[in-house]
Amino acid sequence: MIRVENLSKTFGEFKAVDNISFEVGKGEIFAFLGPNGAGKTTTIKMLTTLLHPTSGKIFLDGLDPSVDKLRARKSFGIVFQDPSLDGDMTGLENLELHAVLYHVPRRQAKERIESLLKLFELWDRRDIQVKKYSGGMKRRLEIARGFLHTPKILFLDEPTLGLDPQSRNLLWAQVKQLNESEQVTVFLTTHYMDEADRVAHRIAVIDHGKGVALGTSAEIKERTGTTTLEEAFLSLTGSEIRDESADPASQMRQFAQMWRR
Amino acid sequence: MGVIYILWLRELKRYTRSRAQMIASLGQPVLYLLALGFGMGPVYAQAGHGSYIQFLAPGVIGMTVLFSSIFSGMGLLWDRQFGFLKETLVAPVPRILIMVGRTLGGATVAMLQGLLVAVVSLIAGFRPANLSMVPVGFAFMLMIAIVFAALGTTIGSALKDMQGFQMTMNFLVLPIFFLSGALFPLNNLNPVLRWITSADPLAYGIDGMRSALLAAAQSQVRFGPVIDGAVLVCVALLFLSLGAYSFSKIEI
Repeated sequence: MIRVENLSKTFGEFKAVDNISFEVGKGEIFAFLGPNGAGKTTTIKMLTTLLHPTSGKIFLDGLDPSVDKLRARKSFGIVFQDPSLDGDMTGLENLELHAVLYHVPRRQAKERIESLLKLFELWDRRDIQVKKYSGGMKRRLEIARGFLHTPKILFLDEPTLGLDPQSRNLLWAQVKQLNESEQVTVFLTTHYMDEADRVAHRIAVIDHGKGVALGTSAEIKERTGTTTLEEAFLSLTGSEIRDESADPASQMRQFAQMWRR
Repeated sequence: MGVIYILWLRELKRYTRSRAQMIASLGQPVLYLLALGFGMGPVYAQAGHGSYIQFLAPGVIGMTVLFSSIFSGMGLLWDRQFGFLKETLVAPVPRILIMVGRTLGGATVAMLQGLLVAVVSLIAGFRPANLSMVPVGFAFMLMIAIVFAALGTTIGSALKDMQGFQMTMNFLVLPIFFLSGALFPLNNLNPVLRWITSADPLAYGIDGMRSALLAAAQSQVRFGPVIDGAVLVCVALLFLSLGAYSFSKIEI
């Protein structure tokens, strides 16, 4: 369903993604793990047509997103790392707008919205403005929206960030249910290793833009000689901390960027 | 078509839902209309030009449309901040449709806001000279709204965060307003100011509104409705293409 061949992305001198290749099958849940700044979000951006790869090939359901942009976009749904809802509109209106943007026929959209809102336990709150939703409700609404146009692939970029364990469990149970009933391929990133261990069929670990491990959770643990995925992850990527820096120079760069165009 | 409609509708819903903002944004035009209108009225009358409220009302309506349309175009910045922009940019629709829907929505909101101020100026004593010309006045309002909503979209696409907002306000929006002749007649100015005001698109919009709404003796027409209309249509096409171009270049 997803095929990536020798994918690279460089920003100036910096190699954000360095020659990675992998394949994800239909109906598979695939976890893409790595420390901060490893290149996860850059990879997702390339997979979802938001960034052009420097080199390498991507196929989503056989479509090359850099050639067949609009058709490729219709084939996937995405839940971004940061929220992307319109807070002034109600939950229902956010979904209705999405249905129009993705050309879902009206009657079909109506039924689908109702069943998704019920599944994600938001049906009773559908006429409330999204800015009044809790963090977990917003997340669930975004995931419901990602499923709305019956995509073949769903990208989830750290969907459970900042949620309590109750919301996280509920959310993964719902995603799993849809993955099974609709055979949606799920491509996710997360920092919670227990989630990846529990939910994902296969796992890839990347660090410094390079793939360092690929396989089932059991295979990765066996290869590294560890008992939990967290230990395996640390043994693969080291325990050094790499936060993306926010030094004065990078702030200046941001300010300059404002006026670049 | 559905895409343009739903994004247009979104702008409208946002406007009607923020009642507080709607009323707050009426404060400034009402103040201009009442304080300047009645404050400067006697001086203006002494100079032999007749009623200042009559002269001022189209200017203040134009100002309202200018502010409202530029800011709704710059609503892009909010959508970028709150992430909603991403949702529309990864959708499987050409960006031009998204840009057109948003811009028309912004222009419609500006139009409504201008109509509200028009009602206020009727209460304050403004009277159109010839009722049959009122639709022409509306047409000029609409052109102002489209021109500046498109300009707002252009700026909103080029800026990456809120810091540029204040800059735009001080170095673009306020000069456009003050040099448009909204508050003073453009005839008999010194050559430099004459030249600068001729480069201000809003000057043509307000000139057009005055020539439609006021009696010939009061309107102080500078360019005339034909030139006004022609210039506004050209500028609208220019800004719409600029807006479409810069919107197509947004990266997130």
